[in-house]
Amino acid sequence: MKKVVIEPVSRVEGHGKVTLHVDDDGQVQEARLHIVEFRGFERFIEGRPYWELPLVVQRLCGICPVSHHLAAGKAIDQIAGVSQLSAPAEKLRRLMHWGQTLQSHALHFFHLASPDLLFGMQSEVEKRNVVAVIEAYPDIALKGVKLRKYGQDIIKAISGKKVHGIAAIPGGMNRALKPEEIRTLKEPLNDIIAWSKDAVDIARSLYEQNQPFNANFASLSTPYLSLVSSNGDWEIYDGNMRIKEPNGDIFKDQYPCSEYFNLINEQVKNWSYMKFPFLVEKGTEQGWYRVGPLARVNNCDRFSTPLAEAARQQFMAQSSYGLPHATLAYHWARMIEVLHCAEAIQDILNDNDLTSEDLKRDGQRQATGIGVIEAPRGTLFHHYEVNEDDQVTMANLIVSTTSNNRAMNESIRKVANDHLSGQTLTPELLNLVEVAIRAYDPCLSCATHAMGKMPLQVELLNQQGQQLDKITRSHTGEIA
Amino acid sequence: MSDQTIPCIELNGKPIPFQAGESIMQAATQAGVYIPHLCHHPDVSPHGSCRVCIVKVNGRVKASCITPAEEGAVVESECDEIRQLRKRLIQMLFVEGNHFCPSCEMSGQCQLQALAYDLNMLDTHFDHFYPNRAIDCTHPDIILDRDRCINCDLCVRASAQIDNKQALSLGGRGQQTHLQANCESGLLKDSGIESQDKAMHICPVGALLPKNNHYPQITGERIYDKAPISEVGNVRPENHQGDQTKGPIS
Repeated sequence: MKKVVIEPVSRVEGHGKVTLHVDDDGQVQEARLHIVEFRGFERFIEGRPYWELPLVVQRLCGICPVSHHLAAGKAIDQIAGVSQLSAPAEKLRRLMHWGQTLQSHALHFFHLASPDLLFGMQSEVEKRNVVAVIEAYPDIALKGVKLRKYGQDIIKAISGKKVHGIAAIPGGMNRALKPEEIRTLKEPLNDIIAWSKDAVDIARSLYEQNQPFNANFASLSTPYLSLVSSNGDWEIYDGNMRIKEPNGDIFKDQYPCSEYFNLINEQVKNWSYMKFPFLVEKGTEQGWYRVGPLARVNNCDRFSTPLAEAARQQFMAQSSYGLPHATLAYHWARMIEVLHCAEAIQDILNDNDLTSEDLKRDGQRQATGIGVIEAPRGTLFHHYEVNEDDQVTMANLIVSTTSNNRAMNESIRKVANDHLSGQTLTPELLNLVEVAIRAYDPCLSCATHAMGKMPLQVELLNQQGQQLDKITRSHTGEIA
Repeated sequence: MSDQTIPCIELNGKPIPFQAGESIMQAATQAGVYIPHLCHHPDVSPHGSCRVCIVKVNGRVKASCITPAEEGAVVESECDEIRQLRKRLIQMLFVEGNHFCPSCEMSGQCQLQALAYDLNMLDTHFDHFYPNRAIDCTHPDIILDRDRCINCDLCVRASAQIDNKQALSLGGRGQQTHLQANCESGLLKDSGIESQDKAMHICPVGALLPKNNHYPQITGERIYDKAPISEVGNVRPENHQGDQTKGPIS
């Protein structure tokens, strides 16, 4: 019996679908998170003038558009022949990206993930949403909302809008900050740093209070890929790539972003529109890796700000050998990054360069631009080729969630193997699968976690592809 | 000459003086009354093609840019019927081309977009044509993006009447009408158009754009972010003063 797994006709946005393939012994051999939405950005930007790229590709996402905007911005700097921005332009971009990371992480942790963590993974669906968090934990919820708002305020001050503004132009930025805008952004900073510190404490205590379950849940021993600065500091705007082995050994260090295509390749599978990146040297089966907050915190030598660095040391101390691999530790790492962003924002808002009009550099036109940046969800690659008439002829985008594709599947497989009972799918298992996926903060969860009722379907298939069981939760929370 | 001897039309209930030979549009502009338009510009001859400047003249719908002002004519430019007709015209222009406002350099400074906002256009009403239109980036300093072109002919007239070049023309017929470089190769680089030409600085949308000075303003600081086109008029970014909220209506 041939089973059609993907139905591209019914591209319901945000519809999560998982199939679990079990062998005769009931062991889950493979889990597949199906991504059935097709975007096509790489094709429809072909032919467009290259300076439009930051504004076009930021529409990939409504949560982390700044990451796409700045990755494309870095790429078009290179096409414009600018290898080094003016100091004011680079500082504005960094500030914008810290604001973006802060708001995106706050959104994910407080609005999307905290209901699972505060109420428990098996709490009723009606309770697992941010409204319920506001009712039960108003102080925590309010801090989360305000943290996110502050990050958005920074983005709006620089680009004119909280979402999808205008900032990066070839070789620089289009506008400096005004002194009064900086004064306004400084006002709540002490609270922002205090709330960020509280967020780290909340994430850590939630993680630690349910040990060893949390350490084992969906946990994978994987390599980690991220950017680091030239001296090994945590870095999200620039720098080179570092890859650590699961035991903490360095596999690659200061690997130039301009040669990413020699390091990473992408595998295509016929059941998902999302590709499967892998490290070329390790091959498709051994070469998958993880990106995002856990990767960045595991990979860096230090944070450049004191509170975040202290938090990082506490985080790393949880693992006596190798690196912390717990998938749920993503949340803890994410909040450490929030704290660092808040500290870094405080430092840079005292920098007079932010009001300087020295914003643009020029150079000799190039045919290629490769912009690599750390988006909130992980390393983001934008690669463009341009013809002599300034039109884009090739685009290759490897977005963060793509890099975590295999890891998400493996985490689902582990959860299923640990918690699947016989050949029957239960609402409890469905909840656990969802929690595992959400830890990675994939775009899927951003798009679909509508008030805690992410539409999700899980199928159980035997080795012949026959369906053994199926469970579906609709957007209204009904189980069928 | 006393006031009684100056001929007037009645525009939206108020007397508006005019001089012999002036169009209703010219009389309104002189009096500081904005009548929405796209293919009209005071520096070139009227064309009457976009029809956005329609008004009711003694009960009949006419294009004000090519209708002479006549003594005692009763003109309505802002009644519900006219605004609804204008909205349909703007909607037709949107579906006829490919207007990607979110990434367009002229967003916030585009007269088509500004009129859509001013007319409270919330959808395109008609089915999109999704035409396949070629972009011409061959010129070293200028791009011609036909997706955005509304075939208003302003650049064609400006090139011929002000720049004395005839660098551009409208080719094709009906739905296939398109702006073209008026030269044998058909490529903009061979048309003779230059950055400083009036033809480059008269486009009401973003069909002809320079290859430098991209996105000079953030959202919130562009011309029509600050005030509607009915107050600001049809203003090009290069002619717009930073804090101008009510400029010369043109």
